[in-house]
Amino acid sequence: MEFPSNCKYTKDHEWVRVEGDTCVVGITEFAQSELGELVFVDLPSAGKSVSPGSTLCVVESTKAASDVYAPVVGTVAEANAALKDSPSLVNTEPYTGGWMVKLSGVAKGDLDKMLTVDQYKELLKGRI
Amino acid sequence: MHGGQSETRSVISGFESRHIGPGSSEQSAMLSVLGVSSLESLTEKVVPKSIRFSGSIDLGDYSKPRSESETLELLHSIASQNKVFRNYIGCGYYNCHTPTVILRNVLENPGWYTQYTPYQPEISQGRLEALLNFQTMVCDLTALPVANASLLDEATAAAEAMTLSVQAWKKGEEYTGSPTFLVSSQCHPQTISLVRTRAEGLGITVKEVDPSSAPSQVVWDGVFGLLLQYPYSNGEIVDPRPIIDAAHSAGALVTVATDLLALALIAPPGELGADIAVGSAQRFGVPLGFGGPHAAFFATKDEFKRLMPGRIIGVSKDNAGNPALRLALQTREQHIRREKATRNICTAQALLANIASMFAVYHGPAGIKAIAERVASMTGRLGAALSKSGKSVTKSGFDTITVTLSPSDAAKIVSKAEALGINLRVSDVGVGISLDETVTDSDLNDLAGVFGASLGAAGDDLVPATLRRTSKFLTHPVFNSYHSETEFLRYCRKLELRDLSLAISMIPLGSCTMKLNATTEMIPVTWKEFGALHPFAPRNQWDGYAKVFTDLEQMLASITGFHGVSLQPNSGAQGEYAGLLAIRNYHLSRGDAHRTVCLIPKSAHGTNPASAVMAGMKVVVVDCDENGNISIADLKNKANEHKDNLAALMATYPSTHGVFEEGIIEITKHIHSCGGQVYMDGANLNALVGLVRPIDIGADVCHINLHKTFCIPHGGGGPGMGPIACAKHLTPFLPGHPMMSAAATTGPVSAAPYGSASILVISWAYIVMMGAEGLKRASQVAILNANYVAKSLEGDFPTLYRGQNGFVAHECILDLREYKKTAGIEVDDVAKRLMDYGFHAPTVSWPVIGTIMVEPTESENKRELDRFVAAMKAIANEAKKIVRGEYDRLDNPLKGAPHTAKAVCSDEWNRKYSRDIAAFPTAETRDSKFWPTTGRIDGNFGDRNLVCTCPPLDNY
Repeated sequence: MEFPSNCKYTKDHEWVRVEGDTCVVGITEFAQSELGELVFVDLPSAGKSVSPGSTLCVVESTKAASDVYAPVVGTVAEANAALKDSPSLVNTEPYTGGWMVKLSGVAKGDLDKMLTVDQYKELLKGRI
Repeated sequence: MHGGQSETRSVISGFESRHIGPGSSEQSAMLSVLGVSSLESLTEKVVPKSIRFSGSIDLGDYSKPRSESETLELLHSIASQNKVFRNYIGCGYYNCHTPTVILRNVLENPGWYTQYTPYQPEISQGRLEALLNFQTMVCDLTALPVANASLLDEATAAAEAMTLSVQAWKKGEEYTGSPTFLVSSQCHPQTISLVRTRAEGLGITVKEVDPSSAPSQVVWDGVFGLLLQYPYSNGEIVDPRPIIDAAHSAGALVTVATDLLALALIAPPGELGADIAVGSAQRFGVPLGFGGPHAAFFATKDEFKRLMPGRIIGVSKDNAGNPALRLALQTREQHIRREKATRNICTAQALLANIASMFAVYHGPAGIKAIAERVASMTGRLGAALSKSGKSVTKSGFDTITVTLSPSDAAKIVSKAEALGINLRVSDVGVGISLDETVTDSDLNDLAGVFGASLGAAGDDLVPATLRRTSKFLTHPVFNSYHSETEFLRYCRKLELRDLSLAISMIPLGSCTMKLNATTEMIPVTWKEFGALHPFAPRNQWDGYAKVFTDLEQMLASITGFHGVSLQPNSGAQGEYAGLLAIRNYHLSRGDAHRTVCLIPKSAHGTNPASAVMAGMKVVVVDCDENGNISIADLKNKANEHKDNLAALMATYPSTHGVFEEGIIEITKHIHSCGGQVYMDGANLNALVGLVRPIDIGADVCHINLHKTFCIPHGGGGPGMGPIACAKHLTPFLPGHPMMSAAATTGPVSAAPYGSASILVISWAYIVMMGAEGLKRASQVAILNANYVAKSLEGDFPTLYRGQNGFVAHECILDLREYKKTAGIEVDDVAKRLMDYGFHAPTVSWPVIGTIMVEPTESENKRELDRFVAAMKAIANEAKKIVRGEYDRLDNPLKGAPHTAKAVCSDEWNRKYSRDIAAFPTAETRDSKFWPTTGRIDGNFGDRNLVCTCPPLDNY
């Protein structure tokens, strides 16, 4: 499984990548494999304020519905509209076309507290 | 308790030996496999001593079993105490003709009533098609694009619409007050009452509004939804568009409670702007049954489909690309959402929805319209006659006229009608008369006569011209093809043969208790003395029902050890909700409003947390230990942490893991010491009856799934019944009903006072025929059968959890995860392959992923269990061949299952195993083969492209 080193991770299997002024959020390849093929992603509207522990999106496969939590404090700048018609992009391209939300106003300090790729891989030891 | 018959005749051919599958020699053989000498000795080894019931159930005059013929005779004498009047009470319940071809071939046919919910769609395409027809019919008649496969009753459907409306409310996030649901004062009274009960737990304010008032007069601040009745409960048909438009301007959603037959003539809710339509499909061929069972419907706009409650049947495709049906969007449901769920519905009223959909197939659009025209024309004639005689009557309507009368005049009219065997509705303003398809000219003359009027040939057209329906409905070929009885009978039969029912083989679904639904238990359900009573008929007309209710209440009280019983809840989940409401209101009565925390173990049914949320409680999840038991340490920690606010613990017993937990007494004692109450989920009561009473494990209240333990058939996904029994201190908080005399602290949870009353006779008959000792033996054999299956399969499929002495309760969880590692075989592969062997799969991946849960019940004999064991062992061997490389890892009989006749007989066969192995893996399948009608279904495709109405024929 692939876990890009330019991302930070959470123990709940979200990734965050800084792109200019915004932070892109998605779920990891491990998370998508556990969920199975997604059939629906419930996306937040722009302007919504989020903080760690609050629900950012809900993803559904035919067998599971899971919350995707906000990894950091921020405001939703944009949601990936392509997921409305093609939710399975999350399965096929979890780090590129399958991104979910872009957050603005994220403090760098919050990102530093997240897991590095090595720490995340350590977390998955024995599970993949 | 009085049995009605003092003579106790000798039982020549006992029912017990018909109900319990294994005879004594088979029981001995199975006991010896387990190394146990007798049923009693097995019970001692399996059931912890601390909770074992040493007495015998006191069934009073019913303690000794009665034979089948004696029971029918006795029940007939009880039934004859009911008085069958001509009912014109209306209020959501109307008399109708059940076409006899439907009566015999669907309602009274085990091929239609013994299946479970269609979890295995490849062997359920028959009822899935009938349910899709139901959804199509509802969508057509309401003019809304998506509908579900039915709900319990109109009142709960209206409450579900309230829940949807508040979830969809865009202003909800900012609004700080209690959100408001407006309910038209012209809704049926039981609907208003139930919606009020439901709103309390959700923190919603309900306000009644006069639907004819100017929209500008209505206060819209904080309003998220509006519920209208159309036509009004008093019969009037008033254009709802002004108030619908005003509600939309205020950002509220509008639900229209309506009548399917009326919609054949009047403009449908979808065309008037409604967001949701609900109602009852009862008058489409389903007997009144003193309140049920009936199917309610729920339809809405496409944008709200993911918020829709209940089951949805959707169109997808199978692995050969053929259209195939299955349950869609299951992720909306509480078994997946658990404590995040806001609704606890986990069933439909499949059998009744299927009768209604078959009624539409039988009559077709022209027939339905003709029935509606005739009802409207008779209403017009009666209205004209009453007007002419000087009565003040409602000026518009479809089937109902309300006559304004003083209370004393109304009383006179009602008693005059009663003398003629006629029931009218008494309302605040006078008397209501609701007509239906069964009314004849002679009935109409009698009705006019009651009011001193005489009937003319001509009548008024009471349907307002501006609200006449112009759009077509039921245009799909399925509603236009089967109008001769020959054709119709063959259509019913075609669908029936696609479903694996108990008439074909065992359905060992764990936690579902698919036992025998004996013919003698079923026969009285369709007697007119039970079927033709209106739920709001005067008390002096249902002495027979009262006798059945009192008997059954006492029987259930005795079985559970409890004091009070409510027969009202219509399903297990509704029983949970009613039980938690009783707990909630008990705490409130003691000034403990803050006690809202509900502890629920991780292993609980998904309905538990959902019911707790609905009752206004906050769910705290308790962990399980490595043996699958409730972690007592975690439970004590959490109970202590929430000591001051603890409302209840919900626990299933025996646990959902199929074991008798020994710590249960310690657990319930601790909950009580923290001020909490104990709710016992009675889903697994089939392991307890006669052996353990819920009161003895420390429970305060429990529900009883009559459709599991007490033989009500599952109907292919409903009906069910979930009465609750409780200790004395909770009895004052059992659900009440506006149509019951005594005022109650707790409001109604069902539209009818006794829920689905007509099917209570099934459980009554079962208990009467088994007697106290027979009931106990049924539990013992259920435990024997489960342990026999577990033991017989232990070499190939280890049992995941066991209780004391290594035994399971009445079901066992078989671990398949090793086969995933070694052979790449998933649980689903085994479930689908079982179809090729002629079996319905056990419960799949619940409560533990990667396992199957087997509950054989006492009704299956050793021969059938051995057949199942042999099939499972053969499947294990197939998996081993994959491991050894004798089968391809991807192209093998397990991955390719199920195999249809079409695939096996095709000229093309490119698979890496033979057709013979695919279709006839055993000698028995050669002799008698049940063919799955579709290949493996692609659920993802259907969920991405939801279609929940009949697809055009060219798709086939």
